Amino acid sequence: MSARPIRWLRSNLFYSVPSSLATLVLLYLAWKLVPPFFDWAFVNAVWYAPNPSTCRKAAGACWAFIAEKHRFILFGTYPYDQQWRPGLGILIFISLYVVSSLRACWRPWLALAWLGGLTLIGMLMWGGAPGLPYVGDERWGGLMLTLILATFGIAAAFPLSILLALGRRSNMPAVRMACVIYIELIRGVPLISLLFMASVMLPLFLPEGLTIDKLLRAQIAMVMFAMAYLAEVVRGGLQAIPNGQYEAAEALGLSYWRKMLLIILPQALRISIPPLVNTFIAFFKDTSLVVIIGLFDLLSAVKVALNEPAWSGYGMEAYLFASLVYFAFCFSMSKYSQRLERDLARGRKHILRED
Amino acid sequence: MANDSGTNGGPIIEMRGVDKWFGEFHVLRGIDFSVARGEKIVICGPSGSGKSTMVRLINRLESHQRGTIVVDGIELADDVKAIEAIRREVGMVFQQFNLFPHLTVLQNLVLAPTWVRRMPKREAEELAMQLLGRVRIAEQADKYPAQLSGGQQQRVAIARALAMRPKVMLFDEPTSALDPEMIKEVLDVMIELAREGMTMLVVTHEMGFARTVADRVVFMDRGEIVETGKPEEFFSAPTTDRAKLFLSQILGH
Repeated sequence: MSARPIRWLRSNLFYSVPSSLATLVLLYLAWKLVPPFFDWAFVNAVWYAPNPSTCRKAAGACWAFIAEKHRFILFGTYPYDQQWRPGLGILIFISLYVVSSLRACWRPWLALAWLGGLTLIGMLMWGGAPGLPYVGDERWGGLMLTLILATFGIAAAFPLSILLALGRRSNMPAVRMACVIYIELIRGVPLISLLFMASVMLPLFLPEGLTIDKLLRAQIAMVMFAMAYLAEVVRGGLQAIPNGQYEAAEALGLSYWRKMLLIILPQALRISIPPLVNTFIAFFKDTSLVVIIGLFDLLSAVKVALNEPAWSGYGMEAYLFASLVYFAFCFSMSKYSQRLERDLARGRKHILRED
Repeated sequence: MANDSGTNGGPIIEMRGVDKWFGEFHVLRGIDFSVARGEKIVICGPSGSGKSTMVRLINRLESHQRGTIVVDGIELADDVKAIEAIRREVGMVFQQFNLFPHLTVLQNLVLAPTWVRRMPKREAEELAMQLLGRVRIAEQADKYPAQLSGGQQQRVAIARALAMRPKVMLFDEPTSALDPEMIKEVLDVMIELAREGMTMLVVTHEMGFARTVADRVVFMDRGEIVETGKPEEFFSAPTTDRAKLFLSQILGH
């Protein structure tokens, strides 16, 4: 009866001397690391504390810190009594993500849903209507700001990157040249320097009296940055499409844009899903760099929360929490892209097997 | 030719003094060539003779550098609108089929008529099903190209080109990529099409097909049209040494 587990252990964990050694080393490490972490994070942890001194006496993690500061981490310096507005905004964002991930919902109304959702979020966040006092975007922050930067950033950068990739493969030398220069210039500088330029240098060049809001400047810099990277990913996909596809589309009399939209891009984007999602995930996390121009995204809100002397010293808890939030979003993206890839491939391979 | 609409009478394709280079390589040299409406022409010649290039000039998949090409009364130049107008009237079938792999067979056929000809979707689907019936593959309409055999894919490709109701059909080595047992099913469809009066230019080495349907055989070598003649004359009594050599090579095996 016990033969089967033993055979499994043998063939998977102890099939050779090096594999047995590796298994033993890993088991030893797990035995040394997991129980202490478990004690710290759960057994000895403080989940609720009326004041910081309760935490000081405990040996474990102080999750009460998160409980105390979660509003600040989620919403930043948004006025406390108005924080239901960004809260609702986060829910709208998440609903939009979920609805968009269902292929049954890939209909024209989805675009309208996005348009409506984003307008609603804008109205909620700025306010100004009766009952909704105006809140300037310099006070937005936390997870809400991260979601705004990432969502608007990807939504704007992705379509633009397709144009850029097409431009780089254009027959018109001037267009091609401009796209190559743009991509190489942007890829050649760190995102931080772009953010600095957007926040410090851009205002110097603007005519007097004209100012662009800081959040918008950061958003533009991030879009410009993501665009260049995404364009190269899309170009990789375009290059993988055989020439015969272009010729077949042309021979049928399709114009350039129809050929691209109906024939080439659907195939090119599909094979680009893994590297595209990779870039989206990197971009989502890169939004945390806006801290250097003084915007309080999720990560910088965590940092600021730690500054309060009474609650200082709980960096481990705070950063673990922030990591979990980032992980939840990035892991969902990754899982979703794997499923999408499988679903889109099924059209051909799956049915073939049934025959 | 009274059944032809539009510009009647004159040749549907006319090439005058056409030259083409790929870089330094002179692919086509002084081509003079014309095709009457309803004519079926087989073009043959050794590889590298420029026969595919000549056919691809007609719908501007390649551009020529010297001479004039007039198709259905429109001169081919850099004008994109003129090129698209010609492509609407000229169907093309490729060696590698080039079906759109992300679309079903039916969608492959419906796409161009609806987007280019602005045909209502229902009408385009009816036409597509009728054409798929003609190439004897209607039951495969909802499959994807990768699920079909090479011969089936090529028949779908022929139907896709016909869905635009072209005035001319170009075939660029349509059976060269097929397994031997599938060649006949494609040639049968092409013979039927020829009998219905379609104007056809076919680059092929299928001499049986040439004998059956061709009004003229055009023999090309090193970028020139070396010899033109009725199939029975060309095959039994070629006049040039180059054609004799070529025929001995392809019939010899």
